[in-house]
Amino acid sequence: MIQFQNVSFAYEPDRPVLQNLSFRIAPGESVGLIGANGAGKSTLMKLLLGLRQGEGRILVDGTELNKASLSEIRRKLGYVLQNSDNQMFMPTVYEDMMFAPLNYGLSREEAERRVDAVLERLGLEDLKHRHNHKLSGGEKRMAAIATILAMEPEAVLMDEPSSALDPYNRRIVINTIRSLPQTKLIASHDLDMILDTCDRVLLMSKGQLVADGPTEEILSDRALLEANRMELPFCLAGRTK
Amino acid sequence: MNKMQKALRELAEMDELAAQNSIIHRLCPTAKLLATVLYIAVVLSFGKYQLSGLAVLLLWPVLLFQLSGIPVHICFYKLRIVLPLVLAVGLFNPFFDRAILLRLGPLAVSGGFISMLTLMLKGLLCLMASFLLMATTNFDSLCASLRKLHIPGMLVTLLLLTYRYVGVMTEELAVMTEAYSLRAPGQKGLQVSAWGSFLGQLLLRSMDRAQELYASMLLRGYHEHFHYAPMKPFGPGDVVYLALSALFFLVLRFVPAAQLLGNLLLR
Repeated sequence: MIQFQNVSFAYEPDRPVLQNLSFRIAPGESVGLIGANGAGKSTLMKLLLGLRQGEGRILVDGTELNKASLSEIRRKLGYVLQNSDNQMFMPTVYEDMMFAPLNYGLSREEAERRVDAVLERLGLEDLKHRHNHKLSGGEKRMAAIATILAMEPEAVLMDEPSSALDPYNRRIVINTIRSLPQTKLIASHDLDMILDTCDRVLLMSKGQLVADGPTEEILSDRALLEANRMELPFCLAGRTK
Repeated sequence: MNKMQKALRELAEMDELAAQNSIIHRLCPTAKLLATVLYIAVVLSFGKYQLSGLAVLLLWPVLLFQLSGIPVHICFYKLRIVLPLVLAVGLFNPFFDRAILLRLGPLAVSGGFISMLTLMLKGLLCLMASFLLMATTNFDSLCASLRKLHIPGMLVTLLLLTYRYVGVMTEELAVMTEAYSLRAPGQKGLQVSAWGSFLGQLLLRSMDRAQELYASMLLRGYHEHFHYAPMKPFGPGDVVYLALSALFFLVLRFVPAAQLLGNLLLR
């Protein structure tokens, strides 16, 4: 589904942000992207979405990302931003959810059917006509995920989906992520959440991919995590040495 | 809640006012927009000494306030910053135009004084009409009607995004002023020495947020064309509203209603 081939990126020539990244994510796979601050997680997401241009090849469903394929690829990828306030720019949840389907040429009736189906699936029917500025943090995050699901993307990319949420709302978001059938790439510092939602983990450090493997294996490797300025997830801290 | 947060709240309140359900709220936005534009044109067409003729035009906003159920004090509260500026426009007229225009018993009233009052009233009426339009019509619907009236799409999108970005910028300002006040206890306002860096930071932060928002739009298929929510169609009720409004304005423009009323009362 998603393939990075020798991808590099730098804002300034002598300070690379991503260096020679290569990996592949299969359809339906749920992959966690972890790493300390400045490791390059968000930049990697932005490159994948065509918001930044680097070197190397990025392929989505076999199509190489370039100017000509940008809109086709963006249609396949739904990106949940870290700050939901930056994602929800329409006055109400309903209008926000209608934004993408209408832009992709659906009729208003079709788009509304899709919006209703997503809201029902996530149990968010009561948010439909609420004003975005009146939602709580948890509601905003769920609404932001709903706006992306209304696009019916083939893959969902999430940047810190559990940040700034209380435990109850965090659990709701985690359950929602687990229920999504799409391919998922989740960048987060919340390793417990990654453990709960991902089968595989990519560990990044200083723009490089330092580990790629099953979630439990990587997240229980204290030495590997600490060498890359990370710590064991809380739920594993008592179980490993 | 600091001043900026209050400003944000007020911005949101305008959307809430527009979401109410009165006979005026239910009218087609295009009819309301056209009536408002016509009203403003008629107001501006009055001469600088035609104060009495202009005063009668107050009836229209008063009627709309009644029909829409929007309290008048909200209008004056929301306009409290811009109103003094508008009212100050003709402040110097009495000094330049000293010719006596009329006498009220022993009191001589100069042309400058009348033209000052006329200018003030014009400003007030235009602001009230604009406020009523905004308070009874959702901003998106307003933009949709502008498109329907063939105003260029780019211009309308710019208007819509500016409206949205005012909120974004105010949010940033709210966060920054709060952070500043927490580290400057007892200080009133912002120190002059901090203005430059404060404004610079505000600009950079707003630009960052605006870029994120724009990225979010692009990633959801935005291509310089907004899909506005469908508007209520222009129905018979809207035709009647527009026709009656136009008739009312034109009658008040060309028939000296105040003079006739005065003559009637003096008889």
